[in-house]
Amino acid sequence: MLLSKAAIGSKVKVVSLESKGLLRRRMMDLGLIPDSEIEVIRESPLGDPRAYGIKGSQIALRREEASQIVVEVVN
Amino acid sequence: MGLTCESCSRGVLKKKFNLRCGEKFVIALAGNPNVGKSTVFNELTGLKQHTGNWPGKTVVNARGNYRYEDMEFVLMDLPGTYSLLASSVEEQVARDFICFGQPDVTIVVVDGTCLERNLNLVLQVMELTHNVVVCVNLIDEAERKGIFIDIKALEEELGVPVVGTIAREGVGLEELKRRVLNVALNIENLNPKKISYSKPVEDAIKGIEPEIDRILKGKLNSRWVALRLIDGDNTIVNSIYEHIYDKKTLEIEGEEVLVNA
Ligand SMILES: Nc1nc2c(ncn2[C@@H]2O[C@H](COP(=O)(O)OP(=O)(O)OP(=O)(O)O)[C@@H](O)[C@H]2O)c(=O)[nH]1
Ligand SMILES: [Mg+2]
Repeated sequence: MLLSKAAIGSKVKVVSLESKGLLRRRMMDLGLIPDSEIEVIRESPLGDPRAYGIKGSQIALRREEASQIVVEVVN
Repeated sequence: MGLTCESCSRGVLKKKFNLRCGEKFVIALAGNPNVGKSTVFNELTGLKQHTGNWPGKTVVNARGNYRYEDMEFVLMDLPGTYSLLASSVEEQVARDFICFGQPDVTIVVVDGTCLERNLNLVLQVMELTHNVVVCVNLIDEAERKGIFIDIKALEEELGVPVVGTIAREGVGLEELKRRVLNVALNIENLNPKKISYSKPVEDAIKGIEPEIDRILKGKLNSRWVALRLIDGDNTIVNSIYEHIYDKKTLEIEGEEVLVNA
């Protein structure tokens, strides 16, 4: 599943990053590395961006960014 | 000790960032957004930088002074950044100062409630410079969450001074000033953790480092620049051109350093 499709309130974990180059690096610096857990916190009024809880901080990601992160639902 | 224009190659850079030369140490305050950098800044300098409980309050560098043990320190409060990869204007402001302002010491303020996320920046700064002091802030919040940080173990692991603080209450700031002075005077026993990469990456570094070194004229850590190029970060090329080959100047107006793009 793609992170951009994960339901609000759900908890997922990173399987892989599809992005390349600097965007990939940027995602990793935000704490998005395989196995890190992400909570889908809420979406902005227009649905994009959405706020995610990653390693103790809330991070806003745009759909185009979140759609390049492959995740799976945890329990 | 202390540095003067004549006695050190950093004189020119200090001038460019418009920091007065002489018996002053330049200290940078770096860290992730919203970890208490400006609170530390205010406590040390007595100034009132914007603070508040949301990220992104500090957008340009702010400058202040403090005295400790009869020595003058110039403290630069930088915008919050998750990495030294400059992917926003704020991040570039912070990155460029840490790289090209050549501070005597960089304090990396980290959030004690989520160390893991914050240590990414610590390691990145340590790849660039060895003159680092880690300030583990929000110790009170961490304890409220049942997190107790073994400062000593962290210090041994990282090989640079680590100080626990509750900046809002001034707790730990004497120790912070002491360790910063020690690093500035080069009397701490530093043994910074060295990060090694896989063989292909290390080989790539070896291949380009000598040429990079020639271009940098010793003004920036060539291994670090090699890694950025391998990352594909072209913003560093522009910044090197602008700062080392003297095109861009940074000016101070009042308490604030504004970057002229
Ligand atoms: N409980 C507690 N709160 C603190 C401490 N240090 C700072 N704060 C609070 O944390 C919030 C953020 O502090 P700032 O100093 O604005 O953080 P900053 O790192 O400068 O943030 P940016 O400039 O946005 O990156 C403020 O509400 C501070 O009062 C601390 O040690 N304990
Ligand atoms: Mg601030």
